[in-house]
Amino acid sequence: MQRVTSYWRRANRRGDLSTALIALLPVTLLFIVFNLYPLIYSGYLSLMEWDGFSDTRTFVGLGNYQSLLSSTEFGNSLRVTLIYTVGVTAISIALSLGIAVLLNAGIRGRTAYRVLYFLPVVTSTIAVAVVWRYLLTPTTGYVDVALHSLGIAPPAPTWLRNPTWALRIVILVGIWKRLGFNIVIYLAGLQGIPQEYYEASQVDGASPLHQFRFITVPLIAPITLLLVIMSVIDSFLIFDVVYVMTNGGPLDSTNVIGLLLYNQAFRFFNMGQASAIAWVIFGIVFVATLIQWRVFGIRGEKA
Amino acid sequence: MRKWFRPGHLLIHLTLLAGVSIMVIPYLWMVTLSLKPQELTYSPPYLFPNTFEWQNYAQAWQAASFSRYYWNSGLVTLGVTAGQIVLCSLAAYAFARLRFPGKEALFLLFLGTMMVPFHAILIPSYLIIQRLGWVDTYTAMILPRMFSAFGIFLMRQYYEGISTELDDAAMIDGCSRLGIWWRILLPLTGPGLATLGIFAFMFAWNEFLWPLVVINDPDMRTIQLGLAMFQGRYGTQWTLLMAGTVTATIPTILIFLFGQRWFIASIATTGLKG
Repeated sequence: MQRVTSYWRRANRRGDLSTALIALLPVTLLFIVFNLYPLIYSGYLSLMEWDGFSDTRTFVGLGNYQSLLSSTEFGNSLRVTLIYTVGVTAISIALSLGIAVLLNAGIRGRTAYRVLYFLPVVTSTIAVAVVWRYLLTPTTGYVDVALHSLGIAPPAPTWLRNPTWALRIVILVGIWKRLGFNIVIYLAGLQGIPQEYYEASQVDGASPLHQFRFITVPLIAPITLLLVIMSVIDSFLIFDVVYVMTNGGPLDSTNVIGLLLYNQAFRFFNMGQASAIAWVIFGIVFVATLIQWRVFGIRGEKA
Repeated sequence: MRKWFRPGHLLIHLTLLAGVSIMVIPYLWMVTLSLKPQELTYSPPYLFPNTFEWQNYAQAWQAASFSRYYWNSGLVTLGVTAGQIVLCSLAAYAFARLRFPGKEALFLLFLGTMMVPFHAILIPSYLIIQRLGWVDTYTAMILPRMFSAFGIFLMRQYYEGISTELDDAAMIDGCSRLGIWWRILLPLTGPGLATLGIFAFMFAWNEFLWPLVVINDPDMRTIQLGLAMFQGRYGTQWTLLMAGTVTATIPTILIFLFGQRWFIASIATTGLKG
């Protein structure tokens, strides 16, 4: 007892230890109860068969993971989520690099453009989904009216009732929402490219297109990689837009993995199966984040 | 050097404006439609309103008790924002300034939560809330969100940018360690707190999945939940739905417009979203 008190007194000479206890107790409690414990708990549940209510949980080992592997529904969700992720990431990054380069050309009104492109980023996903769903209402929706005036017929079955188009539209909304974020990061990166490179190449007679291809693209590559990883992580977790716009349909064509997890857990009460899905998502995001941190540091400061 | 207008830039402006119109037109349509007379919902669309049916807003607020949702969202957002500002900066102070065993390990553990997507802990989080008897409470929506590894990280960076000489001087004058945080560091890191606050606000106001899971009682719905349910029930009453959408969108857009310089700068430097 005496040794403990003397250790405490020594370590707490400047009041560091007691203050640290007070300062860290609340967040540590929250961390344990709402982060650490749930993660372990969901790993445990993924090895069980359980309906969420009854007192009995049956241990099934890796059975839930095995049945995921053979489940066509899970395979479909994985495929849909992958298409969504690749579509949003590739297109939003290509578009935003183009726009960022234009914005960086010393034009007037840069701030205004940046703000307008950024608006969708801060808008609630639910509101975004509701508005886009309206714009795509059959016949009377503004998109159809606009197309009609141009003499173009909308696809049949119409937009969100068409398995091919539903996923494309969800991807489009994802791009629309993400663009501003990418542009802002790219703009910050573009300002780090020394102006001399462009001046020197201009003397050598390089066209703007050549400059873009041989100076901008290679030198901005680290930022591109950062944006790719962030976009992959974000896109992989898509839920809100799909929940409001299509609820996974038609014919499961937009049944992304987040929605599958939600439905398995809170509609069909397959808690074990849902937890296995949760851990698959965790594994994928964990690896992606690890790569991001390895390459860029935790805040992207190495980019 | 910079001329007011350069003909060479015309093409750039045209391209950028085409992009901007795609970004902004949905908002314009949202506002016009929310002000359109209901019987004209399906008549040809126009971009600029020529009538102003403000009663759509009143009706939407009654039909779906949007005022109640607004109040719930406001309370939750306020709780999360205030909680993160206090708890995260307090924890950041310990990591930046105090010496104690296991500091690095604990900090790394906290940062590790950034690798865990919310999907992965959704089910157990719900079960815990259920066992605590917190389903349909503000506590369920606020308390788990008060911890933010990003917030702790952000504030620690700010504190480490401030010289410890101030701390030492204050200690000599008899200031306690907690007093140093409260009287010296907090007042000096206003921009950091504001950044953290804006991120927390945006996140809490727009959050959907967690409230969807822990809230069943219609009276406890946040604005995002209310909006999603309203579209399920009154899916064809677009004018009312748009009135609801506008009201749900205004707070974050206002905060963004006022703090955009700050917000965009911090996103560009941290490369992170709340």
